[in-house]
Amino acid sequence: MLSQIFILSSKGDRLIHKDFRGETCGTSTDLADTFYRRITSLPGDQAPVFMAHEGWHFVHVRHAGLYFVATTTPDASPFTLVEFLNRLVTLLRDFCGPLSEKNVSLNFALIYELLDEMLDYGYIQTTAPEVLRNFMHTEPVATKPFSLLDLGSIGLFGAETQQSRVAPSSAASRPVLPPRGEQGTRNEVFVDVVERLTVVIAANGTPMKVDVQGEIRLKCYLPSCVEMRIGLTEEFCVGKSELRGYGTAVRVDECAFHSSVKLDEFESGRILKVTPSQGELTLMQYQLADDIPSPLPFRLFPTVDQDPTGRLRLYLKLRCDLPPKSQALNVRLQLPVPKGVSSLAQELSSPEQTAELQPSTKSIRWDIPRCQGGSQLSALFKLEVPGLSRASLLELGPANLAFELPAHTCSGLHIRFVRLPGPAGPPQRWVRYLTHSDSYVLRF
Amino acid sequence: MPYLGGEEALRELRRALANPHVQADRLRYRAAVLRVIRMPGIQEYLQQPLLSGLRDKASYVRRAAVLGCAKMLKLQGDCEVDGALVNELYSLLRDRDPIVVVNCLRALEEILKKEGGVVINKPIAHHLLNRMADLDQWGKSEVLTFLLRYRPRSEEELFDILNLLDGYLKSSSPSVVMAATKLFLVLAREYPHVQADVLVRVKGPLLSACTSESRELCFTALCHVRQILGSLPGHFSSHYKKFFCSYSEPHYIKCQKMEVLCELVNDENVQQVLEELKGYCTDVSVELAQGAIFAIGNIARTYTEQCVGLLTELLGLQQEHITSAVVQAFRDLVWLCPQCTDAVCRALPGCEDAIQDSEGKQALIWLLGAHGEKVPNAPYVLEDFVENVKSEMFPAVKMELLTALVRLFLSRPAECQDMLGRLLHYCIEEEMDMAVRDRGLFYYRLLQSGVEVVKRVLCSPKSDPSLGLLEDQTERPVNTWASEFNTLAPVYGRERWALITAHQPEPSYACSPCTDSRNRDTESLISEGNKEVLKVHPDTGSLTLIPDVYLTAEQFEKSWLSLDMSCHLSLPWCGTVHPDTIQTALHVVHIQTIAMSKAGVQPWKAYLSAQDDTGCLFLTELLLEAADPEMQVSVKQSEAKPEALRAFISVLRTVMGAAAGLGS
Repeated sequence: MLSQIFILSSKGDRLIHKDFRGETCGTSTDLADTFYRRITSLPGDQAPVFMAHEGWHFVHVRHAGLYFVATTTPDASPFTLVEFLNRLVTLLRDFCGPLSEKNVSLNFALIYELLDEMLDYGYIQTTAPEVLRNFMHTEPVATKPFSLLDLGSIGLFGAETQQSRVAPSSAASRPVLPPRGEQGTRNEVFVDVVERLTVVIAANGTPMKVDVQGEIRLKCYLPSCVEMRIGLTEEFCVGKSELRGYGTAVRVDECAFHSSVKLDEFESGRILKVTPSQGELTLMQYQLADDIPSPLPFRLFPTVDQDPTGRLRLYLKLRCDLPPKSQALNVRLQLPVPKGVSSLAQELSSPEQTAELQPSTKSIRWDIPRCQGGSQLSALFKLEVPGLSRASLLELGPANLAFELPAHTCSGLHIRFVRLPGPAGPPQRWVRYLTHSDSYVLRF
Repeated sequence: MPYLGGEEALRELRRALANPHVQADRLRYRAAVLRVIRMPGIQEYLQQPLLSGLRDKASYVRRAAVLGCAKMLKLQGDCEVDGALVNELYSLLRDRDPIVVVNCLRALEEILKKEGGVVINKPIAHHLLNRMADLDQWGKSEVLTFLLRYRPRSEEELFDILNLLDGYLKSSSPSVVMAATKLFLVLAREYPHVQADVLVRVKGPLLSACTSESRELCFTALCHVRQILGSLPGHFSSHYKKFFCSYSEPHYIKCQKMEVLCELVNDENVQQVLEELKGYCTDVSVELAQGAIFAIGNIARTYTEQCVGLLTELLGLQQEHITSAVVQAFRDLVWLCPQCTDAVCRALPGCEDAIQDSEGKQALIWLLGAHGEKVPNAPYVLEDFVENVKSEMFPAVKMELLTALVRLFLSRPAECQDMLGRLLHYCIEEEMDMAVRDRGLFYYRLLQSGVEVVKRVLCSPKSDPSLGLLEDQTERPVNTWASEFNTLAPVYGRERWALITAHQPEPSYACSPCTDSRNRDTESLISEGNKEVLKVHPDTGSLTLIPDVYLTAEQFEKSWLSLDMSCHLSLPWCGTVHPDTIQTALHVVHIQTIAMSKAGVQPWKAYLSAQDDTGCLFLTELLLEAADPEMQVSVKQSEAKPEALRAFISVLRTVMGAAAGLGS
């Protein structure tokens, strides 16, 4: 049971505030203010997600810099609360487009309407978008009118590819209901395979931990729903022992499906059948640990020594082991250095790269906008560290790498086809792949 | 906000509800009912529209009307509950629409709050189990929570239910999985192998929640993992890599993960775990770095040699917060693992320059005092502290210094005598803090009575390995926390949860007619005591307990032994028992106390009897075990009358609730 829901901006401004039960009005202070005061002055040893206040409990999730907060009684289930708030965020994104402070305040009427339908007297009624849509009267206000022409030249995730084959990167983040004044909805379906990579590589180069968390997301803009068939790689197997097909197996350890997915053809042909409603839906989630078919995308070869003047010399060689046709984008390497560091001199292998010393985290940040598969990059850093001792080398590393790999999946999972029956011309179907690094740690 | 009601809104709402056409226009009707939360003066307009709403053809109207009933009763305050309405709601549990079913449960729960909430009997439980498939994830997790109240009659029934619910352990929604897990753990409380099996099966979903993209979900799952590890230490050991921290994670998640890593360390993974923790020790964040060092200190209790080596290496960094944390970890370690004393003493010289904070200084001084004979320069380090004692900020450090110096004096008198004299002089003559001064005077007088006496007082054992063993045996059976699973208790942690619940027993419902529901209970109790008989809510069948029926102890014992148990329940109870309060409270509602233990006796017991106007006897045993948060209540009845039994139990519940409130 939720007593109130509010959405606060990162500065504590109240964007949405809804009281479902009128129970807390007697408390001496305003709960939204109390929440913001508490969250900003929380002692370091306490986790912020759940906070108690005069017998009430605050639960919040953070998205796009906004706080989505619910107040509740002590007997509530934490999993339900967190899951509900996350669901609320997804729904708001579906109905209003990408979330931001501005977007939430522009769409406040719509959001209140949504909350009215989702909860009654603090009890969750429904979160199904197709049900909610029937009761929505307000139209979403888009922060920027969307135009395909403006964004045509920018490919998906910043990639420059043939315009006609790739959807603009923001295409799938527009609201599912057409914004005011824009008639003629486009019939589009996006199937995204998104993988998150969590890797720890030991100093000698052996992978300590490799974890892939994958998702197949469906974003559907079709006004009327028909059954859709999505074919996965035929060699897709679940578990260690299963064997299928003749090619290299695409193996995952565990896999869970959304409850609306019909699996009667999954065993025979690896086909998911689903009748989607408008909006976003996570069809399938899968995990893969330790044993991935392709080599890890990056290796780092560091050399550390001291030059005659006493400066610390760091020579980093970064090798990208992707296939030559793929590339990595927005690669950023963060390397903690000894805390006493006073200055940094650098030599980078190409002018588009940048590197700087970040005083707040005592680390070097090396930015590489793009990196082709099979290539090798290098950088030389010279650090002035007064009072350098052998022990302070302990503070060097581990390095963390952040990157995006468009059109690449580490598991090797591919979508064979997306089929929709229907008389009136097939709608636009987009299939997109993306791997991004959740945490890619290279130890020294 | 419109529904919190200005005059204007109130008038409009009245008009809407009074208009006969409103119910023809379903959406408007629904909109009106949805808005009713807190509007004085609206009740009389509500009753009729709500009752007709319950029978409406459209499911969305019924959904709103069902919860509307709960709102209406809240508005009326503590008026009597209308039995017909409750029956209507119970019958709506068989509604076609799944959300109406769940809303009925919620509404009944609120309406019958005083009687202990909605009753889940066998037909209702089985009906709900059959409807589970139609519900969405929120409904499922809520119904699973309601089903916790149901006690299957036989083993066969129990396993049937568990089989039915099996699929929900694999649901893609974590809230359903966790609610199902809790139900399994609670229902199978007498079958440890079933519980163990469930915990193995829930591993997968929990781990995937732990690595979820949502930080908040990840945090919640980690807290529950820790709860499980408390009972089954090796449970997640093979998955230790899942608990390695990611670079971008916020602190609170990293801290949770470190705690988990500490608990699942074993011979195979200790090397990898230590390597991982070592990485955090040099983190920019002071809290995280210190947390990692303390975590290594914890692991050192089992894998002493590796950890001490690692910690010693860290001392080389000469950084204030790191050195301080390492020395503190050493102090705690030496106490539990005396075998590492030599290694620790070798590492200590040189630390004193880097430590600035009170905790670190205290730890260092304690180590030098207790194990000074093994550290060659111990007296000189302490001498520096004595020199600077005037500028020392923390009294705790001065106290520690006094004790350490007196101890060191016993083992190395020649080097310490002079500075001990100076320190005592300072403490007695110049110190402003009374505690320090008294401690100084105490040692001065103690020293006057001779070295032998001082030795007897101060040379206590320097380590206690058995303490570590004791601490390791804190594994708690699953049943101690099964009822807390998937609640806020594991999220806050045991200690903080106890603190929170102790100060705030329940939220203050400021809008109910009487702000403190406890006061309300006791007030109504006393006023009703003046009447001759006690009327209980009509929906539960009227029950009239006759005053002045006295059973002797022998009669009671005879009937107690001859009757079968009619009902067993547990009431939440915290704190001590006040027999007088309970006896008075029971007397008010005409329940006679046959016998009762004195306050503070463990286990505490009481025997009660009561008789209603049809001559049916109710015999009751109250049992409170030491440290059990619940009072066990067993009721026996001379004639099988389920209605009367229900009423009697609700009376008993109210009284005991009130007595608990008065007592604490």
